[in-house]
Amino acid sequence: MNTALSVKSMSSSIHNIATIFRKEVRSYFNSAVAYVVIVVFLAIVGWFHTSNLFLVNVASLRLMFELIPLVFLFVVPAITMRLLAEEKKAGTIELLVTKPLSDTEIVLGKFLAAWALIGVALLPTLVYYLTMTFLGSIDNGPVIGGYLGLLLLAGVYTSVGLLASSLTDSQIVAFIVGFLLVFVFFMLDKVLVYVPSALTSIVEYLGADFHFSNIARGVVDSRDVVYFLSVLGFVLYLTVVSLGRRKW
Amino acid sequence: MAIAVRNLTKFYGEEKAVDNISFDVKTGEILGFLGPNGAGKTTTMKIITCYLPPSAGTAEVDGYSISDQSIDVRRKIGYLPELNPLYLDMNVLEYLEYAARLHGLNESALRGRLREMVDVCGIGEVRHKDIGELSKGYRQRVGLAQAMIHDPEVLILDEPTSGLDPNQIVEIRNLIRQLGRAKTVVLSTHILSEVQATCDRVIIIHEGSIVADGTLEQLRQDFRGAERVTLELKADVVNGMTDLYPKLKALPQVESVEYVGQESNVHRFTVHTAKGSDIREALFRQAIAEGWILLEMSRKVTSLEEVFHRLTTSEEANP
Repeated sequence: MNTALSVKSMSSSIHNIATIFRKEVRSYFNSAVAYVVIVVFLAIVGWFHTSNLFLVNVASLRLMFELIPLVFLFVVPAITMRLLAEEKKAGTIELLVTKPLSDTEIVLGKFLAAWALIGVALLPTLVYYLTMTFLGSIDNGPVIGGYLGLLLLAGVYTSVGLLASSLTDSQIVAFIVGFLLVFVFFMLDKVLVYVPSALTSIVEYLGADFHFSNIARGVVDSRDVVYFLSVLGFVLYLTVVSLGRRKW
Repeated sequence: MAIAVRNLTKFYGEEKAVDNISFDVKTGEILGFLGPNGAGKTTTMKIITCYLPPSAGTAEVDGYSISDQSIDVRRKIGYLPELNPLYLDMNVLEYLEYAARLHGLNESALRGRLREMVDVCGIGEVRHKDIGELSKGYRQRVGLAQAMIHDPEVLILDEPTSGLDPNQIVEIRNLIRQLGRAKTVVLSTHILSEVQATCDRVIIIHEGSIVADGTLEQLRQDFRGAERVTLELKADVVNGMTDLYPKLKALPQVESVEYVGQESNVHRFTVHTAKGSDIREALFRQAIAEGWILLEMSRKVTSLEEVFHRLTTSEEANP
C-alpha cells in the first residue's frame, strides 16, 4: 500500500518534471536562444581549435577541452538567466507555483532543460573529434573523460545560473550574478598563491576547474564526480529555497 | 462547504494587509469580493490559492488545509491571477496543454478537455496563434480557459474583467455566470456593477477587514438607514419654521425635519424617516388637510453605491 503510493507520487513527479522540461526546451528552440548557443559554440570552438591545430601538429582535443570551460562561463548564464527571472517579471510564476506540483519539480524541470540544451550544443563538436581520428591516432581516454567532465561542469554552472535567475526578476541581473558566481568557481584553484597555506587544499578542492582537469586527463576519479554532483545538488537545493522565499 | 476561511491575517513586513477575516463559501455559490484597490482582496486570494502563506489563521478548500494539504487544495482550484499573466511566446493550444499536463491530466482526458475549453471560452479562431498576438479580450478568455482546464470545483478569479472594453466585459461576465452554475466561484472586483451583474453574494472588504457580508438585497436592507423625502410646498404662511415645521415634525414615523429654505411662499423641507417606512401618503393627506399645495415630493432610497462608498471610506479621510 505504502510502496504503491510512493510509486504513484514518483511517477507523478516524473510527469511534472517532464512537462516543465518539455515546455522549456520547446521555448529554447522556438526562440532563437538554442540556435544562437549552438552556433556560438561551434564558431568559437572551431576557430580556436583549428587555428592552433596545425601549429601544435598533434592529434589531440586538449585545446578544445581547455577552451570550452571558458566559453561556458558566459554561455551558461545566458541560457539560464530567463528560466525563473522571466516568470517572475511576467507574473506567470504565480500560476506555475499554484499548480499542483512542488517547487523542487519546477527547479529540476528547468535545470534539466538548460543542461540538455548545453549537451545538445556540445554534440556538433564531435565533428572535431571525427576529423581528428582521420588525421592521426587519438587517445580516446581523455576524449571520453573530457566530454564527461564538460557535462558535469555544465551541470554545476547551470545550477548556479538557475540560482542566480531565482534571485531576481531581471534577466540582465540574473546573467551578471550568474557569470560572477561561475567565474568564482572557475578561478578558485587559480588564486591559490593568495590563499593562506592552511586553506589551499580546501580552496583547490572547491574549484570547479581543478576537478574538471582531473577528469579531462582521462582519469575518472569518483572523488571528482562526487564533487560535481554534490555541488550541483546543493546549489539546486538553494534554488528551491530561494523560489520558496515568497513564503518567508 | 467549498471554502472555509478562519481568522486569516497577513502581514507584509509591518503592514497588515488582511486583518483577522473569516468567511465561508458554499458549494455552487458565486461570491463577489468587493473593495477599493489595496483593501486586501488579492492577498486573500493569494492565500487561498496557496501562493502566499497566512501570517495567522487557516483556510480550507473542500476540507483540505492550505498549509498541510497544499497540493490537494491546488488540485481543486482554478486560478486566474490579477493582470492575467501568460506566456506570450506560446500558442494558445500549447499553453492550455501545458496547463492541463501540470494538472496531471492524462493523454485521453487532455484532448477532450482542450476541445471543450476552446469551445466554452470561444477561442476556436485563435487557438493556433501566439498568445502575444491576441487582444486583451481573447487573452482573458485564455486565462479563464487555463483556470478551468482541469474542471476544478473552485474558481478563484482576481479582477477578471479589468482592462476590458464594455462589450468584452459583458461577454466575460456572461461566461462567468454560465460557469458559475456548476462551480463555486470567488471573484474580486472594485466595481459594484460587476457584483450586481454576476454574484449571488458579496463580501465587502476594507483595509483588510470584512465590513459587510450578504446578498445584495440584504446589504441594501441593512444599510438603508433613514430614508428621506424631499418636499416642496406652497403655503400662505409668514414663517415656515414656526408655522409648518412643527406640523411636519408631528407626523408619525418622522425622525427629523430639515428646513431647506423659502422663496416667497414656497417652502422646501427634507423629511427623514425611520428605516423602511414610506410617509408620502401621510404627507399628502396632511397637505390637503392644511390646504398646502404640493409642488414636489420625492423619496430617496440609499443606493448600493452609497452603501459601498460609506463602507469603504476611511474615517480619517472623511471626518
